[in-house]
Amino acid sequence: MENVDTDQIIPARFLKATTRDGFGENLFRDWRYNSDGQPKKDFVLNNPTYKGKILAAAKNFGCGSSREHAAWAIKDYGFDVVVSSFFADIFKNNALNNFLLPVTVSDEFLQKIFSAVENDPEAEIEVNVENQTITLTSTGEQEKFEINNYKKTCLLNGYDDIDYLLSIKPEIEKFETIV
Amino acid sequence: MAKTLFEKIWETHVVQTISGGPSVLYIDKHFIHEVTSPQAFAGLKKRGIGVFRPKQIVATADHNVPTIHQELPIKEELSRLQVEALKKNCAEFGIELYGLGHPYQGIVHVIGPELGITQPGMTIVCGDSHTSTHGAFGTIAFGIGTSEVEMVMATQCLLQTKPKLMRINVDGTLNKGVVSKDIILYIISLISASGATGFAVEFAGSAIRALSMEARMTICNMSIEMGARCGMIAPDEITFSYMKGKPFAPQGKEWDEKIAYWSTLYSDADSKFDKEINIDAADIEPMITYGTNPGMGIGVSGHVPLLNEINEKEKPSFEKSIQYMGFEAGANIKGKKVDYVFIGSCTNSRIEDLRMVASFVKGKKKADNVEVWVVPGSKQVEKQAIEEGINKIFEEAGFNLRQPGCSACLGMNEDKIPAGKYCISTSNRNFEGRQGPNARTMLASPLSAAAAAITGVVTDVRELMP
Ligand code: SF4
Repeated sequence: MENVDTDQIIPARFLKATTRDGFGENLFRDWRYNSDGQPKKDFVLNNPTYKGKILAAAKNFGCGSSREHAAWAIKDYGFDVVVSSFFADIFKNNALNNFLLPVTVSDEFLQKIFSAVENDPEAEIEVNVENQTITLTSTGEQEKFEINNYKKTCLLNGYDDIDYLLSIKPEIEKFETIV
Repeated sequence: MAKTLFEKIWETHVVQTISGGPSVLYIDKHFIHEVTSPQAFAGLKKRGIGVFRPKQIVATADHNVPTIHQELPIKEELSRLQVEALKKNCAEFGIELYGLGHPYQGIVHVIGPELGITQPGMTIVCGDSHTSTHGAFGTIAFGIGTSEVEMVMATQCLLQTKPKLMRINVDGTLNKGVVSKDIILYIISLISASGATGFAVEFAGSAIRALSMEARMTICNMSIEMGARCGMIAPDEITFSYMKGKPFAPQGKEWDEKIAYWSTLYSDADSKFDKEINIDAADIEPMITYGTNPGMGIGVSGHVPLLNEINEKEKPSFEKSIQYMGFEAGANIKGKKVDYVFIGSCTNSRIEDLRMVASFVKGKKKADNVEVWVVPGSKQVEKQAIEEGINKIFEEAGFNLRQPGCSACLGMNEDKIPAGKYCISTSNRNFEGRQGPNARTMLASPLSAAAAAITGVVTDVRELMP
């Protein structure tokens, strides 16, 4: 499914919390559940054969609203990685800021992932941040993905943008005086 | 060296560039609201730090506020808690808040410009994707997530990679019944909901230059719907005369100095864009969407695409989408029944939008089968509408004029479209469930929405115009 927007990932009516926790429960709420609260059987997350830490999604994932709640919900649900052939801009940043890794692969590789998982729900996919590779364990097929050096260092060391910006505060103050 | 509008502003705001990484971008203005800020304030508290430049932040309550009886306490408990949390946080950190009851309250992207807070050449952010609206003044303005809201609160800076640059030129004269909303719906239908992802988009050309500020804001507002990081239009005389005398606009000598600077903010003649698109204004007719993303728009005289007009990969989304909407491939859109008409949102709730609707509906009555909500973008718009007698026109037409807020644009308050019902909406998103679980949204201009309100079906507004 292409163009999955953040209103589907987490509908607006669940944005009323004032903390970051618990959003996983309402991840894809209206696709997962009927209006009477019964799970929809044909939705993939409701199928117990599919489980894991990697969410594979089609093109333009995370478009629409800037709500970071979308990234929180995916992370809170238990995913660490989202793979797609194309991510919306704001979502990508939001994901990285929450140590949820967006991995962009080619259309072909994404298709391979989809077919591999369809054939064998237990199919393993390995993501290596250090080497920037994603591998289909069953066939050994591999692709490199992009992530900028700065973000990579942050992910590997568990520190975030705010830590960095706070460390350069004197430069920011200096900048303010020259403009 | 020749520079684009974007580059001129970007370069004066880069504090430093991390090698092999993003740039540290200084932010001039930061707008916040009740939904995407509480976790950011909590983050600051957890880190034990304060807000770095509270005077550069402006807050309002808009996303989940009720649009009737705003003088009473908010009934819905979670909404009330969010609005109260905003009030508390703003007081604690010294941030100006235009909350419920304040004469400046309204949708964040409506109040910034109308108060003169939004000014050419600025970098502006807000935890809301439609921050792109402010680009109409020649600013770099974009939506951010809550972690970034916290980042800007803490340091007045953001880490950003420079986007690619795109220019979309719209030249010529608009047809009868075609307004700025149609231009942007047309562009998105042409390049798709992801067609501008990774780009900052500048809108230019004679048809854009001829637009009022309100109309320009409508266009920039929806640049996020084609994936753009931001949308922008070079400031000019129309911009300056709109801004003059606004409460926070510069005055006297400072005004003159600013005008001199703002007048330098345009893309130089031979500046380079990574991509350029040319559009003939005459090709655009009143637009409407048939599907569940803003790229699924067609001219109102057109039909829902046939399956063989859709490319292979998009077929599953297309089929799911028209099934959700209850439409058939190939069907005419004109004449489809409408249950609700929503005129509002940061796309089309400014005084000019209300005037446009009022002058069209004056002396007419809404169809019996439709419910019509008009939700002004701000307290100031509401006040002006009353002063100009627009409220009377609406009352006589059977339109329900409500109080300012985001309202049915995202259905976070009580203003929801019931399941299965059709709504012609002047807002910016027709996503599944956006206006309420299983609600069906068709995006259109205020003029087309008003026409549907009168006839009760999807209507070509040109047929009702003299
Ligand atoms: S009116 Fe709609 S799009 Fe605009 S800020 Fe409010 S919720 Fe967002």
